[in-house]
Amino acid sequence: MSVDREDIEKLGELARIDISDENAKSSVKSINDVLALVEQLQAADTANIEPLANPLEARQRLRPDEVSETNRREEFQAIAPATEEGLYLVPKVIE
Amino acid sequence: MHNLTLAELSAGLDAGQFSSVEVTQHFLARIKRLDGNYNSFITVTEERALAQASKADKQRSADADSVSALCGVPIAHKDIFCTAGVRTSCGSKMLDNFVPPYDATVVENLAAAGVVVLGKTNMDEFAMGSSNETSYYGPVKNPWHSDCVPGGSSGGSAAAVAARLTPAATATDTGGSIRQPAALCGITGLKPTYGRVSRWGMIAFASSLDQGGPMARTAEDLALMLNHMASFDTKDSTSSEQSVPDYCAGLSQDISGMTIGVPEEYFGEGLNPVTEQAVNAALAELEKQGAKLKAISLPHSHLSVPAYYVIAPAEASANLSRFDGSRYGYRCENPVDLRDMYMRSRSEGFGDEVKRRILVGAYCLSAGYYDAYYNKAMQIRRLIKEDFVSAFRDVDMIAGPTCPNPAFEFGAKGDDPVAMYLEDIYTIATNLAGLPGMSLPCGLVDDKPVGLQLIGNYFDEGRMLNVAHRYQQASDWHSRCAPGID
Repeated sequence: MSVDREDIEKLGELARIDISDENAKSSVKSINDVLALVEQLQAADTANIEPLANPLEARQRLRPDEVSETNRREEFQAIAPATEEGLYLVPKVIE
Repeated sequence: MHNLTLAELSAGLDAGQFSSVEVTQHFLARIKRLDGNYNSFITVTEERALAQASKADKQRSADADSVSALCGVPIAHKDIFCTAGVRTSCGSKMLDNFVPPYDATVVENLAAAGVVVLGKTNMDEFAMGSSNETSYYGPVKNPWHSDCVPGGSSGGSAAAVAARLTPAATATDTGGSIRQPAALCGITGLKPTYGRVSRWGMIAFASSLDQGGPMARTAEDLALMLNHMASFDTKDSTSSEQSVPDYCAGLSQDISGMTIGVPEEYFGEGLNPVTEQAVNAALAELEKQGAKLKAISLPHSHLSVPAYYVIAPAEASANLSRFDGSRYGYRCENPVDLRDMYMRSRSEGFGDEVKRRILVGAYCLSAGYYDAYYNKAMQIRRLIKEDFVSAFRDVDMIAGPTCPNPAFEFGAKGDDPVAMYLEDIYTIATNLAGLPGMSLPCGLVDDKPVGLQLIGNYFDEGRMLNVAHRYQQASDWHSRCAPGID
């Protein structure tokens, strides 16, 4: 499997990463190099093998639905790029 | 004073030979004088360190019996661990302005033990790299050879310990990021079992692989550090509930009768003969101490790097989607709309290697490729784990090289990401399997350190530290100092 310039631009759109003209060529090459490495997986026989997501096969721990943290909105918003009256500000989305 | 180990500094503080303030001033002065040569620190927290030291001195004089061994001893944190009130950059422009409002659990645990934090160490951006060349703050230089890389991603922690700028440091390991720089800088480093050390407040790269651990000069110092770093933490959903043993207790135990497996796949093509020679000499020393060496096979080893480069980028692309310029971190200038804000904040805030991995991850997870890549890689992950599970039926521990080559020069693998990825060929499998691994110095080739890797069974860190400590009692590679360091 390999990708071309158009594929990389589509991926960039999905991942919100700008693939600008000057580095698109090297991105295509290096990503294809990585995909060629990854291609080795296809030769392995994995019939009837369960995928392993957690190395210890641990299950998600549950806890009672109780309040455990205090509200620290001011502290968290103090490090935000832009806030107003407790809200995070971003460019206008809806006209 | 800087040549003392963590254990010796602790004993000296206990005996009243020096105060924590004196020790801290000594290391801060060294950092100020010498770190221009290494670039191992991103942030030095002088004022805080001196305040912590003076508090530790008061605690020791008030009640010497109840303080921990680490009370008043200086360390450094990798700049991936959140530190309340202290900038935590993760080696990235994206977080250059990020001052977390909270401490990581590891930071909190060590603070409760009374350690003094000298500062935050340099690293590959978002821990993605094996050479420290991807840091936004510039590469770290290997104290043994200024034209060579220190390894990565915990290159700052490794170089700072090797240059005697701190006796120990925290670090993280997703595919070898503790063990490979430890090997290249001639120090000792341990990646614990997945879940042993809390990931809370440790900036995520690949969550099913990431694990924090200590770096120091000796196995004994790692044991002291791990005693306080390891804990069950309800804030980390994958934290282990197993109780934490005293890792110092069994350090000196006899290792005779122990069976050490030597995987044939770790000694094949690609292993530098000079590395092989040093590792074989170390294995012979373990044999001399009564351990039995047994040839074993880990038949899926060759698939670990390809499986890792699906799983790690896939998890990274999901984890790093949180950096969008909205809530914290970098936001581009004057975004025209929301899309422009996301696009430019991420493109300007992330470096090339991080972008590459996000794109590879997005590709492997995208519609039509999920089964062929991601699911396939997770199936292979099970095969790799089963290789180890079956090997550990016959052996107590596994040993081999940490990495194929000693430190390489800056730029040597510059435009070839795959060549760089293959430097982690012997370390990646343990992350995929969730097993503990460590590296300890076992030789020097042209003044470049070589590392011996030990891989233990799940939660068998105590026995690994025991083997490493016994080896260090019979060798002096760990106490060798890079040329030019007094």
